[in-house]
Amino acid sequence: MANNNAPLLEMKNIQKSFYGNQVLNDINITLNEGDVLGLCGENGAGKTTLMKILFGMEEIAETGGYGGEICFNGEKVDFKSPFDALNAGIGMVHQEFSLIPGFTATENILLNREPLKRNVISEVFGDRLNTLNYNEMTGRAENAIEKMGFKIDPKMVIADMPVGHKQFTEIARELSKENLRLLILDEPTAVLTESEADALLQSIKSMSERGVAVIFVTHRLEEIMTVCNKVVVMRDGLVVMDTRAEDTDVKKITKAMVGRDVESVDNKSVGTDETAETIMSIKNLWVDMPGETVRNVSLDVKKGEILGIGGLAGQGKLGVPNGIMGLYEAGGTVVFKGNEIPLNSPRKCLDSNIAFVSEDRRGVGLLLDETLEWNIAFPAMQIQNKFLKKLFGGLIKWRDEKAIKEVTDKYIDELQIKCTSSKQKAKELSGGNQQKICLAKSFALEPEFLFASEPTRGIDVGAKSLVLEALRKLNKEKGVTVVVISSELEELRGVCDRIAIVSGGEVAGILPASKSSEEFGQLMVSKVI
Amino acid sequence: MKNIIEFLKKNIVPIMFIIICSICVPISGFSVTYMINEVMTRLTRNAFLILSLLIPIMAGMGLNFGMTLGAMAGEIAIVLVSDWQIWGIPAIVLACIFSIPISILLGLFCGKMLNMAKSREMVTSYIISFFMNGIYMLLMLYAMGPIIPIKHTSIKLPRGYGIRNTVSMLNNRQCIDNALAFSVGGVKIPVLTLLIIAAMCLFIIWFRKTKLGQDMRAVGQDMEVARSAGIDVEKTRIIAMVISTVMAGFGMVLYVQNLSSFSTYSSHSNVGMFAIAALLVGGASVDKASIGNVFLGVILFHTLFIVAPTVGTKITGDSMVGEYFRVFISYAVITIALIMYEIKKRQQKSNAGKLLAEAQNKEEQ
Repeated sequence: MANNNAPLLEMKNIQKSFYGNQVLNDINITLNEGDVLGLCGENGAGKTTLMKILFGMEEIAETGGYGGEICFNGEKVDFKSPFDALNAGIGMVHQEFSLIPGFTATENILLNREPLKRNVISEVFGDRLNTLNYNEMTGRAENAIEKMGFKIDPKMVIADMPVGHKQFTEIARELSKENLRLLILDEPTAVLTESEADALLQSIKSMSERGVAVIFVTHRLEEIMTVCNKVVVMRDGLVVMDTRAEDTDVKKITKAMVGRDVESVDNKSVGTDETAETIMSIKNLWVDMPGETVRNVSLDVKKGEILGIGGLAGQGKLGVPNGIMGLYEAGGTVVFKGNEIPLNSPRKCLDSNIAFVSEDRRGVGLLLDETLEWNIAFPAMQIQNKFLKKLFGGLIKWRDEKAIKEVTDKYIDELQIKCTSSKQKAKELSGGNQQKICLAKSFALEPEFLFASEPTRGIDVGAKSLVLEALRKLNKEKGVTVVVISSELEELRGVCDRIAIVSGGEVAGILPASKSSEEFGQLMVSKVI
Repeated sequence: MKNIIEFLKKNIVPIMFIIICSICVPISGFSVTYMINEVMTRLTRNAFLILSLLIPIMAGMGLNFGMTLGAMAGEIAIVLVSDWQIWGIPAIVLACIFSIPISILLGLFCGKMLNMAKSREMVTSYIISFFMNGIYMLLMLYAMGPIIPIKHTSIKLPRGYGIRNTVSMLNNRQCIDNALAFSVGGVKIPVLTLLIIAAMCLFIIWFRKTKLGQDMRAVGQDMEVARSAGIDVEKTRIIAMVISTVMAGFGMVLYVQNLSSFSTYSSHSNVGMFAIAALLVGGASVDKASIGNVFLGVILFHTLFIVAPTVGTKITGDSMVGEYFRVFISYAVITIALIMYEIKKRQQKSNAGKLLAEAQNKEEQ
């Protein structure tokens, strides 16, 4: 700063769209040396995309690049790959670990930057046959660990480390780079214990004192208040708050994160009938779904209601339906209409008339290379023997093409699916229409109970309201109990009777949809781990 | 107690073989000297070939069934050298040198193919070896003679072109094994061969400490992480294949000089299968193998090989039963090792679930 008046990082008018879907709008961020910026916002607010642009991740260029300009160190930059960003002095610690499990901390810290010793053979066959200089490696690794200020064993193999130490190994790796000017930490405390998180905050402070700027992406707002001097809150691709940390507090940030100032939700629900019988009772459910671990969920679903499950990404809300439906390993008890449903067995769930619309549309939801008719009729055919003609007293079963076409056309009409004909292939439809096919597929099962997991993810506004309307209609007209899982709180508040918020793999609380966004926001961050 | 069970679980294959060997060896009635002599011969004959498997395992490419390609390169070189009537150690050195360019070409080819079939390396390399076997046969049957000049009638088929079923290297018989060799209590110690094998082991140990070796280990454990650290994953994997193929070529030359003849159209396939089986018997797995596994494996596997026909005769009166069993066993070992590798991977995965359930229990208490 002393010799250079330009700020370390300036992001001006950054814009980004994915396939015509605007995800970032006119983002401006300025950062000086030694600044610690707390970046927060709900899922889908655009934090990760923004960081990916800054770090030059390939997927940004692959999806059409971005608008606006980035100045780093006073110069305009355009990173083509993360390596360009690294060379410029930007380091990033990702949410997923990128560590070699069988290597020691030292080997990981210096991965592909190992100090080498020359030898006779390498003179002939090239530099890659230089031997590693283990003494120097140990020295540099210890140096980086010392800079970080949290003691980890440089000789310990990553696979044997507690998860927090892995996180610190990654941070030490960034710190071992001599030219590091800016460090991006993407939810670094998510996997840390409390004392480890405190140590991390300490080391962020000491980095900042040494002139390294830090961008700290987190859901834990108290941490932002402790360590950051700047706070930026994003929502729906916009910066909704950009202020100095001392001018704000957790409450204001929460409000900026989740809520519109005006209560604009149009909720048609009549509220849950408290006297209704419990149709599904979940007790002590755990699910091993990578990235969406469920630790201990107990929840009662009333007959005939629409229950929402909300929460921040990675806190386990998606694990709940996936675990119950048997797609990921799970344990605990689930009682449906008085009978216990065995877990880890998708067929048993489907047989008890529970349907599931998966968030993984293309992977689990659809037969991409098959026609719409097939997609819609397939589960009903497999599970309930619908759309089948029986010959020879049921010895041979024949597909009833006419009935299949009829039901497909009915749903195409009902859900306004845009397609050329019912024979079109599922992969040729747009995301929103694919999602409608997924719904139609589960509607064709005529379930008593429906899980809809992220039913509106990645689809446009028009399709969104249609999908939600279809769910509501199913609930009202057929009396189907619906559980909607979504990251978008406002959407849940629009369609649900009650909303359970999952945080840290547990139910943090259940509130009627009419409660204010702030209350939900507080629940969302209450047990974050 | 838990540790002992864990140890047994990890080393089930070698332990099984130790038990089988300790039953079969006394039944066979062979003298100790004879056994040691035979094991020593087979150790020096096979160890180099098995060592060539280590580097692809390090690079995460599994058991290199494509080592057959290197063996083919070695065989082509030997045929040429025999035809030129070069004898003794110079012949062996020349054959080794000649095998290098062929091995490199084959290794490059195999490496490129395997890069297109990541995580299915083993089955791909296995099928590649069948495919290359066809080309090799074409070369040996039709190209040797009309295109590549072959003069000597003891090598050529009587029809005037193509190579005979067996190529004899009687004049080169054990020229390396006999150099510097001495005998201890009736056991022949082939010093030069052992030195070559020792040098090879040292090379592998040294190689692990090089930048390239470190990169291979990184690539072997997690390709994506290695790539994001700037390591050229594809190139590293190809180099691993090339080194392995070249080493297999040398190994084949050593193997043939010990046997003094080889069957032109089948020995490379057998050599590949037995090398892999021996390594697995030594306790290696698809993703982990050490030099110790090589030697333990070669000793156990070949002890069984030596005694199997005699034991078969003694028990059933038919030597063919023993012969049958030793081929059968080598396939069985490979199958068991592959299945156990998968089971281990599954178990690790389901451990995560167990931990979650435990954490919940603890909380309740």
